Amino acid sequence: MTGYTFAYLDEQTKRMIRRALLKAVAIPGYQVPFSSREMPMPYGWGTGGVQVTAACLTPEDRLKVIDQGADDTTNAVSIRSFFRKVAGVATTEATAEATIIQTRHRIPETPLAEGQILVFQVPIPEPLRFLEPRETETRKMHALADYGLMHVRLYEDIARHGAITRAYAYPVQVEGRYVMDPSPIPKFDNPKLHRSPALMLFGAGREQRIYALPPYTEVRSLDFEDYPFEPTKAGHACALCGDDASYLDEVIVDDAGGRMFVCSDTDHCRSRRAAGRRGTMAAPFEDAAA
Amino acid sequence: MYVAVKGGERAIAAAHAWLAEERRGDPAVPELSPDQIREQLRLAVNRVMAEGSLYDPDLAALALKQARGDAVEAVFLIRAFRTTLPRLAASRPLDTAAMACDRRISATFKDAPGGQVLGPTFDYTHRLIDFALAAGLPVPPAPVAPPQAGPMPHITGFLDREGLIRPEPPSDAEPPDLTRAPLALPADRALRLQALARADEGFLLALAYSTQRGYGSTHAFVGELRIGRVPVAVEIPELGLAVEIGEVELTECETVNQFAGSKSEPPQFTRGYGLALGMNERRTIAMALVDRALCARELGEDVGRGPAQDEEFVLSHCDNIQASGFLEHIKLPHYVDFQSESEGLRARRAAALAGREAAE
Repeated sequence: MTGYTFAYLDEQTKRMIRRALLKAVAIPGYQVPFSSREMPMPYGWGTGGVQVTAACLTPEDRLKVIDQGADDTTNAVSIRSFFRKVAGVATTEATAEATIIQTRHRIPETPLAEGQILVFQVPIPEPLRFLEPRETETRKMHALADYGLMHVRLYEDIARHGAITRAYAYPVQVEGRYVMDPSPIPKFDNPKLHRSPALMLFGAGREQRIYALPPYTEVRSLDFEDYPFEPTKAGHACALCGDDASYLDEVIVDDAGGRMFVCSDTDHCRSRRAAGRRGTMAAPFEDAAA
Repeated sequence: MYVAVKGGERAIAAAHAWLAEERRGDPAVPELSPDQIREQLRLAVNRVMAEGSLYDPDLAALALKQARGDAVEAVFLIRAFRTTLPRLAASRPLDTAAMACDRRISATFKDAPGGQVLGPTFDYTHRLIDFALAAGLPVPPAPVAPPQAGPMPHITGFLDREGLIRPEPPSDAEPPDLTRAPLALPADRALRLQALARADEGFLLALAYSTQRGYGSTHAFVGELRIGRVPVAVEIPELGLAVEIGEVELTECETVNQFAGSKSEPPQFTRGYGLALGMNERRTIAMALVDRALCARELGEDVGRGPAQDEEFVLSHCDNIQASGFLEHIKLPHYVDFQSESEGLRARRAAALAGREAAE
């Protein structure tokens, strides 16, 4: 595309973002303020992730974009075509082939490798936001590692419901220091953050914050000794590929409320089916998709 | 169901093609040109310029056309374009005292040097739908008066001279810029004014109105409201002098507000300040009231009396591009999170129902 620099942002802006990224990598889990730009897509639709991706992209990169684990959800399609247009980079749907993966709400099922970068889109970077709405207060709490309020909140959950009810954006503590919001990934994905060989970068455009998990960082989901953290998923197997260990989407298939459960990670599901794995509803639905 | 999700790329292209058709409307009706929008929907253009923070009436008119008349969508288009523009220079501070005023009124003095000039205002019109307008008849020319020759000094200057109004110390410090640095709190007044100058008009209006109804009251009078054109000059380092590069239309409002005084300061008037690109009367008055309410902390006033006094609340929520983006993002797929929530809810419900049965 003419009239714009590589990957849309001008070089000064990319440099500013890279400096924030370096600081974020140096202080894992710490939210670094950065001067977020207005992007040609709305705030709340991945502008933070897009800016981080734009600052990391090189012409040799191969980019994968997923939303809800899927490559073909509308916003993933839109962001992928944005980068094809403004950076001309190669894109892929195969997790293992991607050098940079921008994601919203999921971590791919295929384990990530060294050298890969996972960029998260973050709506509310502050894990304490719903306990204390004021930024001026939460920054103080982070500075003092004063996380008592969070522990009380989790304890109250247990007292009231017998379990911690947080199902996604489940708070983690990084290297025993900063409590961090892992973005609204289901808590099923939290264990994938721990000592991941890939570099994980988090961008919150509207809230003007960047944070990071360098490779092999210790990431612990908050819990109690007698109420240990439990990643959960629907108790079914994927109706298309038969996997009973992947995270599942629930799809309503008829007027009577009949439903099927399918892998949320479309690349994972497709490669399993390509390898000959079949779920209970594989045949008819695949015909319909063709 | 699954098939529908698969068609993402084609569905988006088809939706955008339909949108283009809807934007055009009935092809039997002549198409609007940006020139017509700029000339005849000028207040809409002005709002887009003010909230888009870009003085370009032609571009704002085009944005309004592309946005099908949706002001916030048009502001968004302008903002996204604005970020790609290089910054060539910063102008010298504008001298609004040198404004060639189309309108200038004061509610605090019956008359003052320069006089009261009503200008092209809706004030005192009776809000009766003018059915004749639909016929598109030519407009009879308005009577013309000779241009004002004398100066039109700021009204608050008279209060200044008497020491009745709190002086605003002049400063040569470079003002902060929230489009180039992340918002840091507490913010100084210059930064707050920048945020308010591009804030959503509806939000400013509601906040200002809330102060009038007692939520952080500041007892404001419109000391002066002026609308007109002001020259813009840029210092050219190679030449060693400032060169006028054009002029912009501005609306400026200074309110005069009560201040009971503090330990270090006697009772005096204080001022709220509003400034906007283009003729933007309502937003400028609202901005001045909110600006004054936000000065409560610095003036040592009780700050717990209303949301308009709460700097973090106001600055974090006044931008309609941030707000509408985040509000509307809940249209995006959330089924991963929702599945996670429903799974948890099903488990808790089962446990609760089992507990009830056991008790019965």
